[in-house]
Amino acid sequence: MAYSQKVVDHYENPQNMGSLDKNDESVGTGLVGAPACGDVMKLQLKINDDGIIEDAKFKTFGCGSAIASSSLVTTMVKGQHIEEAEQIKNADIARELSLPPVKIHCSVLAEDAIKAAIADYRRKRASQAAAQ
Amino acid sequence: MPRVMPIYFDNNATTPCDPRVVEAMIPYLGERFGNPASRNHAYGWEAQEAVELAREQVAALIGATAKEIVFTSGATESNNLAIKGAALYYEKKGKHIITVATEHKAVLDSCHALERDGFEVSYLDVKADGRIDLDVLAAAIRPDTILVSVMFANNEIGVIQPVAEIGALCKEKGVLFHCDAVQALAYVPVNVEALGIDLLSISAHKMYGPKGIGALYVRRGRPRVRLQALIDGGGHERGLRSGTLPTHQIVGLGKAAELCKEAIEGGEVEKIRALRDRLWSGLQAELDELYLNGSWEHRLPNNLNVSFAYVEGEAMMMGIKRIACSSGSACTSASLEPSYVLRALGVDVELAHTSIRFGLGRFNTAAEVDEALAIIVEKVKFLREMSPLYEMFKEGIDLKSIQWEAH
Repeated sequence: MAYSQKVVDHYENPQNMGSLDKNDESVGTGLVGAPACGDVMKLQLKINDDGIIEDAKFKTFGCGSAIASSSLVTTMVKGQHIEEAEQIKNADIARELSLPPVKIHCSVLAEDAIKAAIADYRRKRASQAAAQ
Repeated sequence: MPRVMPIYFDNNATTPCDPRVVEAMIPYLGERFGNPASRNHAYGWEAQEAVELAREQVAALIGATAKEIVFTSGATESNNLAIKGAALYYEKKGKHIITVATEHKAVLDSCHALERDGFEVSYLDVKADGRIDLDVLAAAIRPDTILVSVMFANNEIGVIQPVAEIGALCKEKGVLFHCDAVQALAYVPVNVEALGIDLLSISAHKMYGPKGIGALYVRRGRPRVRLQALIDGGGHERGLRSGTLPTHQIVGLGKAAELCKEAIEGGEVEKIRALRDRLWSGLQAELDELYLNGSWEHRLPNNLNVSFAYVEGEAMMMGIKRIACSSGSACTSASLEPSYVLRALGVDVELAHTSIRFGLGRFNTAAEVDEALAIIVEKVKFLREMSPLYEMFKEGIDLKSIQWEAH
């Protein structure tokens, strides 16, 4: 199938590919999707005490659109407040990458990955607070 | 700017038309335009002679006689005619048919159509190596079984079925044996007498001939096989397939068959096997976590179907776009279901998503294999670096222990 130029660009030059230390208290990790469905995204966000996302890294198993969606998301959330990042909708991602209808699920997964990473970060903070 | 075409490793999908085939066809698109059915003038005679020569050439490839060859539009039609034609002719004898879960859709969907018309069809499972269990087949044959349809070699994984044993079993039980031999004819010796095949499907474009033409072998003796025609009209092809014969296409199929016979007998096929083996050993030397899909021993010499674990097939295809090949992943389909053939072998869905089919052919070179190897190895390493699953595998995490959320 023909991919949009933006998908190809992200696929060939993925932004922020890699991992952050998942044991770091300031890092939230979201792992969404399933190998059986052909898509798994891991998104990690390093968040400071003001709730600002200082760094973002991804690793993705999936088609070109899934890789591009996760790569794009890391560039969008960097520097954002987590409350702002939570507002990102899959439609924004799909529009930016000109995803065809059969690839919309890739953008849905990327949205889920942001929410999962933030939820993981909040869980960590809550258990940290409880421990103190 | 002319488009730079990729290396062609998709010869199980279609093959290039051999220049010698094209050359043989051209006069029949030009001055030799006669209708082979015109019995009263030289235009017709000339065309008819060409058609009959092609019939001889096709028959010679499979050890049949010319009268047993019926020209069709391709193997989809041949499979439809063999299965539906035999079922409708012999339905008073019985309404049970046996086929295999890994057959081509043209066979499976013909069987589904017959089920809607009151026939009963058994779809046999295959073993992990992709071959059927002969005991399972023997047990499935009933007094009302009229036809067994098993392909010679699979289009996705190239696995060759135990055709001679199936033929012998069908003879013993008095059941007709149809074999879709489309993938095999360019690479493997096929003899309908020795193998006990009663109906055999042929496609030109899988054997370096043109698209739009195929044939069905229909046994004329011991036993004489009868079929109900599916297309009505002028009664061409002994009433089995009406429609004016496309002389140029038939000439192309005939020439392609002659060249395949030479290639098999002259050792050219062994060169293709050597290229395929060079590709597989090259991949294994550079990459871990590769899984061959289907039997290695019982396999077409040109086919390699391998799962690159932790690298999704479509992303892989995008990365290796210098190479034309196919993926068993189905990321674009609405169902997200990967290859039904791989699933029938019991391949994990996860691994099925990472499968790539390489189909080598007559016109490939060692230099192409080496170039492809370098590209594939580089891209797999890159995509595994990107893969959270490969990272987890390397950390020793059992991926099956994780509660994944299906989406």
